[in-house]
Amino acid sequence: MSVKIDETLTVECETGNYHTFCPISCVSWLYQKIEDSFFLVVGTKTCGYFLQNALGVMIFAEPRYAMAELEEGDISAQLNDYEGLKKLCIRIRKDRDPSVIIWIGTCTTEIIKMDLEGMAPKLEWEIGIPILVARANGLDYAFTQGEDTVLAAMAHRCPEPEFSVRERKETIQNFLTFHSRKKEELGEYANHPSLVLFGSLPFNVASQLNLELKRQSIKVSGWLPAQKYTDLPSLGDGVYVCGVHPFLSRTATTLIRREKCQLIGAPFPIGPDGTRAWIEKICPVFGVEPQGLEEREKRIWEGLKDYLDLVHGKSVFFMGDNLLEVSLARFLIRCGMIVHEIGIPYMDKRYQAAELSLLQDTCKKMCVPIPRIVEKPDNSNQIRRIRELQPDLAITGMAHANPLEARGISTKWSVEFTFAQIHGFANARDVLELVTRPLRRQKNLEDLGRTTLVRK
Amino acid sequence: MKLAYWMYAGPAHIGTLRVASSFKNVHAIMHAPLGDDYFNVMRSMLERERDFTAATASIVDRHVLARGSQERVVDNILRKDQEEHPDLIILTPTCTSSILQEDLHNFVNRASIISHSNVIFADVDHYQVNEIQAADRTLEQVVRYYLDRCHRQEKWDQFLTDVPSVNIIGIFTLGFHNQHDCRELRRLLRDLDIEINQIIPEGGSVEDLQNLPKAWFNLIPYREVGLMTAVYLNKEYGMPYISIAPMGAVDMAEWIRQIQKNVNTLTLSSSNKRVDYEPYIDGQTRFVSQAAWFSRSIDCQNLTGKETVVFGDTTHAASITKILVQEMGIRVSCAGTYCKHDAEWFKEQIQGFCDEILITDDHAEVGDMIAHMEPSAIFGTQMERHIGKRLDIPCGVISAPVHIQNFPLGYRPFLGYEGTNQIADLIYNSFALGMEDHLLDIFGGHDTKEIISKSLSTDIGLIWNPESRLELSKIPRFAREKVERNTEKFARQKGIETITVEVMYAAKEALNT
Ligand code: SF4
Repeated sequence: MSVKIDETLTVECETGNYHTFCPISCVSWLYQKIEDSFFLVVGTKTCGYFLQNALGVMIFAEPRYAMAELEEGDISAQLNDYEGLKKLCIRIRKDRDPSVIIWIGTCTTEIIKMDLEGMAPKLEWEIGIPILVARANGLDYAFTQGEDTVLAAMAHRCPEPEFSVRERKETIQNFLTFHSRKKEELGEYANHPSLVLFGSLPFNVASQLNLELKRQSIKVSGWLPAQKYTDLPSLGDGVYVCGVHPFLSRTATTLIRREKCQLIGAPFPIGPDGTRAWIEKICPVFGVEPQGLEEREKRIWEGLKDYLDLVHGKSVFFMGDNLLEVSLARFLIRCGMIVHEIGIPYMDKRYQAAELSLLQDTCKKMCVPIPRIVEKPDNSNQIRRIRELQPDLAITGMAHANPLEARGISTKWSVEFTFAQIHGFANARDVLELVTRPLRRQKNLEDLGRTTLVRK
Repeated sequence: MKLAYWMYAGPAHIGTLRVASSFKNVHAIMHAPLGDDYFNVMRSMLERERDFTAATASIVDRHVLARGSQERVVDNILRKDQEEHPDLIILTPTCTSSILQEDLHNFVNRASIISHSNVIFADVDHYQVNEIQAADRTLEQVVRYYLDRCHRQEKWDQFLTDVPSVNIIGIFTLGFHNQHDCRELRRLLRDLDIEINQIIPEGGSVEDLQNLPKAWFNLIPYREVGLMTAVYLNKEYGMPYISIAPMGAVDMAEWIRQIQKNVNTLTLSSSNKRVDYEPYIDGQTRFVSQAAWFSRSIDCQNLTGKETVVFGDTTHAASITKILVQEMGIRVSCAGTYCKHDAEWFKEQIQGFCDEILITDDHAEVGDMIAHMEPSAIFGTQMERHIGKRLDIPCGVISAPVHIQNFPLGYRPFLGYEGTNQIADLIYNSFALGMEDHLLDIFGGHDTKEIISKSLSTDIGLIWNPESRLELSKIPRFAREKVERNTEKFARQKGIETITVEVMYAAKEALNT
């Protein structure tokens, strides 16, 4: 947290007229991640229409999410919200029997000041299913920040660690662990306080990161969120936490303030450089000397050679819509690319401090200037800049992708980075696979001419 | 409050945006929170639009909640005005603005004094109308605005065109096969020697709207959007309109006859050149459209009496029902629409063509009905296609809401004589697939579902420990086999006998490097 930001790294702020997904979209990946959950979005047709179209075919697979669609009577408070929600939740319990129902508050519930937080505990008690409230609306947040609001709400429900009081007294703790651990486990892990990682990742990716830390004999005692709501990790005084996504600043704050956890500030494990730096920040906290990381990172880079040749010297422009931008830009600069601009919806300089300083170091190492970081960008200004700069690649939302392609600018649809597996050593290749796809296609089509396909 | 998983028609602002972005040089500004500009994504993806969609948001955030939009909306309008010089800016309310109760009308008035563009406020309420109704209204509102203005300025030119001409009203962006239908209508009208005065809103210019009344009459191919405009033009300017959808051979003929009637009534006053389209109808029906011949062919005989269910918007569901019954001898067990606001018309149209009528916008009800009826084929929207998948019943998509597959690059009109061919193909293919499937089932012709795969010769000696087994089972099915094979290959190369989770990931890495 004490990393000082060099003066050369500045964050500009524009008008905030940019395109991004509504944060309620987080239900699409979170309902899949948390297997026994049910997400109820309390909103209007607008929210429903967005989810239905953004989720595409997933919608037909009987997803564990639904809309509680507010009608005119709900708005004018002629109808009783509590009774309305109760009826729907009882139906959900009957049809799906989830272990938790998560209410997603929307713009409308904010504006009419529907007291979701007040109603939830009452209803929870009445129907016997935990009810969490996450206010993931478009008034306050962008896209991936939706997950942040859900995880922050979930953090409150994590159980207290069993030995929280005694754990602080190390001698006793050592004694206890000696007896409670199985024999083979003893050799594998160092003796350290518990570490909980936060951020939703596909099962396989989470397990790769676990393994990565296991190589350093660090044991991950749990994840927020876990595969099941009923498996939430223990949190509390003396528990160390570390984030895997750059967009989880609220969750981080909650973990520190409310749950009294210790936050390990680290760059995010995206790209081999990020993954190594991430591990290197975690290890010393537990008094572990990282082993063989340099070798390992080197090997991964070597394996990426074919892609690196493709991207070397090419330029990128991030329009910004999902908060992964700084980490991705840092990785791409390390790959030898030139980044013109890093657009980003929201920049938490505290939570991203380590990532930002790694970005600076990387720029220094690669001898390139630090790219301008633009918070709350203005899309029409950005498009003007893109036209001037003519980058080799624009990472952008789908609203702009086709029009830019038609004007001869290669684009990569940014949302794919949120759904692809991009964390850890083993997935560095997947990031480059995405980044180079438009470049490779362009190569394939090069001889056809006609790169601009608009009139005038 | 109601539980909803899926909806047939979107929220009102989508309708307004579709009208706005169909016109040339019209910009829509949504009064909406960050994230409600998803329309741009849909247009860019589904229509594969090459141009930036002329819709932006004037963002409603915390700040606005506390203080009101104040200058922000006006500033955003003026900024667009300066940057892009649109002819018209439409301020579009969303569900959020519906409850904020700000005086957006007033903002529009203020902005319109300063801006070069015309500015209007779309008169649609989120809680009163849906996407379809809003589109209908907005189109009427825009047309009315320009005609009224023209009236006030007394630049009025009321004369009809010399030769018979029409306006086609209701072709627009994200409409089901609209672009192809439009091309087909152009061709038809050319054949009939009728000029097209204007096509709105798609590709039309608002500055030309003042010339709408110069056409002899209006064509409304889809009654969902355009009817309000036609009624308005009829009331104010005495313009006749034809609201039959020229879909299917029978309705095509009726449509052309009505055109004939209208042309002849209006010609009467000027000269005595009467038109007779009967020979054209006859020639087209017998030889250009294959549908009439097709319904006499042996193929179609096999379809006699087969049961189907039809569901969609009013225009398409009614037309397809009539085509199935009248032109192909297929039985429609149930026909339905989600356009509840136009239910009366729908019922009247298909009265006597089907056993049951279903008016609902709840897809679960449609699903239950289909499950109950067990038809041999369904003709519906994307939702019905998925219901069909689950129940193993083939489905032809005949109406919005749609997916990207319903924006084909090839020429696929539903209207006109070429449309009859396309529809016949669609119907026949749905059934033929269904029957083939059935026959294969009877004779056990399908591939066995289990995949027998052990590709490597030495499959002895490798043991997957319980953890790695579990890990493997978590991998999506389509990739599992490949992972299994790669891991085993890797293990063999390294002389590893027990496969652990570590080995699995080492294998993945080895593959990547
Ligand atoms: S921005 Fe607000 S109204 Fe729009 S979809 Fe998101 S939560 Fe719903």
